[in-house]
Amino acid sequence: MKIDAQGVYYRDLNSKIREAVAGGADKIELNNVNGQYFIGDGVNRAVTITINGVPGNDLGAFMNGATIIVKSNAQDNIGNTMNAGKVVVHGHAGDVLGYGMRGGKVHILKDVGYRVGIHMKSYDTNKPVLIAGGKAGDFFGEYMAGGVLVLLGMFTDDPDKPKHGFRFGTGMHGGVIFVRGAVDETKLSREVGVFDLTDEDKQELEGYLKDYCKDFKLDFKEVMQEKFVKVLPKSKRPYGDLYCPMPR
Amino acid sequence: MKYKPTHIFEKDISNCGLTGFISTAGTLVEGSVIIKSISLMHDRGNGLGGGFAAYGIYPELKDFYAFHMMYENSTALQLTEEYLEQNFFIELQEEIPTRRTQAIANPPMFKRYFIQPLETTEYREAIDYQKMTDEDIIVSHVMRINHGIEGAFVVSSGKNMGAFKGVGYPEEIADFFRLEEYSGHIWTAHNRFPTNTPGWWGGAHPFTLLDWSIVHNGEISSYGINKRYLEMYGYLCTMLTDTEVVTYMLDLLIRKHGLSPELASLALASPFWDMIDSMPDDDRELLTAIRQVYGSGLLNGPFAILFASNEGLIGLNDRVKLRPLICATKDDFVYMASEEAAIREICSNPDRVWAPRGGDPVIAKLQPGVA
Repeated sequence: MKIDAQGVYYRDLNSKIREAVAGGADKIELNNVNGQYFIGDGVNRAVTITINGVPGNDLGAFMNGATIIVKSNAQDNIGNTMNAGKVVVHGHAGDVLGYGMRGGKVHILKDVGYRVGIHMKSYDTNKPVLIAGGKAGDFFGEYMAGGVLVLLGMFTDDPDKPKHGFRFGTGMHGGVIFVRGAVDETKLSREVGVFDLTDEDKQELEGYLKDYCKDFKLDFKEVMQEKFVKVLPKSKRPYGDLYCPMPR
Repeated sequence: MKYKPTHIFEKDISNCGLTGFISTAGTLVEGSVIIKSISLMHDRGNGLGGGFAAYGIYPELKDFYAFHMMYENSTALQLTEEYLEQNFFIELQEEIPTRRTQAIANPPMFKRYFIQPLETTEYREAIDYQKMTDEDIIVSHVMRINHGIEGAFVVSSGKNMGAFKGVGYPEEIADFFRLEEYSGHIWTAHNRFPTNTPGWWGGAHPFTLLDWSIVHNGEISSYGINKRYLEMYGYLCTMLTDTEVVTYMLDLLIRKHGLSPELASLALASPFWDMIDSMPDDDRELLTAIRQVYGSGLLNGPFAILFASNEGLIGLNDRVKLRPLICATKDDFVYMASEEAAIREICSNPDRVWAPRGGDPVIAKLQPGVA
């Protein structure tokens, strides 16, 4: 079903979406979206929401099983505390993506902003995956506690920009970050180190990237042409000794 | 103290929205465009402050300082007009046109004066013996009115520009001031969400001095240090909110000390010491000098600001980007806003859209010879 979002206040738009979801729709297309907040928040079942236009902040927050496809750019705070499902953005996205994300996938084609993957976490089979095809701002993987971040640095509107910013992995104490090509080690936080991929890592990463390439119709071989490195935290408690030494 | 608050308000934490654009070729754009952009971010504010700055709106009177005045009572008006008559040649004075609307309760009085300093003995003394310029003299008059006349506030004081602000949502303030009737080549707008300073008419953004105007989203936690530093140079903070210091700091750094906007931005949002240490020699020396000289000018805390002047429009984030700012270009237009959607609302198909790095100013200057 189609919903025209032209000039519709975010609350009214989200009510319509929730009604459509409750009514059993499996495909919802939103046209003329511009800036409406909280789209897809808390949607609790499998449904595909396609967005034409730039959705507002907190897209897909607390989402549990739905798929959101954004045909253009998106803004800040996508996938905040998301539980399951997928967000696909065919452009760039803003800051604080995947904040406290606990499961599901976020696929961004181009650049992402600051603090991407902040405090992502995982438990048992709940393992969130966030892939950025472009470049990233500062504090990539900040306070990351679990899950998977992937940075490709391939698809960007700004070729002169460095692949990633400063304070990479600040406070990271769990999870893993895969980066295509090298990382700039002068921009890494003290809490993380760079490692080669194991065979299991490669297998896992290929699985994620095949899915990513399918979403954007990309050439998987080209993505895999360059070597990947992985960034891991050196400690599970990076600030354990900050105020007073504690027994390990 | 003229305004007597029940507490000593030191700072302001807010989750505001801002937007602005410039036609670098000087094309005049109607007020309805900026209203459309800021209205999209209605929910970033809470109705306790909205405001606009507009440049190029008084072309016939562009040689005169346009004083937008706000009066809380008729005594303030009378005292200010006596003061202005003593010190200025007044080319034109009139009420700022407003519209009675239900949304705006108990507005203060607004008048505007197009003026030039009179050659009084005090003026000659300042020019001949104190090396002051006309602009310095305007600044000192603004400070004296704001600080000395109870209930009178200079809302803006630059040439060929004006600020319009008050308590309400920005679209309500625009309606009140009939902003659709103005056309300008630079516009900025602000939607306020004050959290620990009063939502009063003078506390709405933009904050201005001469033709500087600032709209700000964030919180200047270094307000105390910045305020005391500015007081040494004769700037008096009277608006009870943190953003005011940014306006005066830019006037000091750029107009008085002659720093370029780029260097002034580096003083306000300096890179961290560890980053300065890893720079090439020239940059390291420059940045070290700036941090040493302007340590008290450093703005700490989260901010995204737009500052405009008759020269152009500049957007700047704090160095770790704790507030959103996104920019776009289309032909000779440059747009800057808290949200991409606010830009797309008035420019559906921009040539380029990008998020600037924290601490990196985005500078859009008017083309030479324009305005």
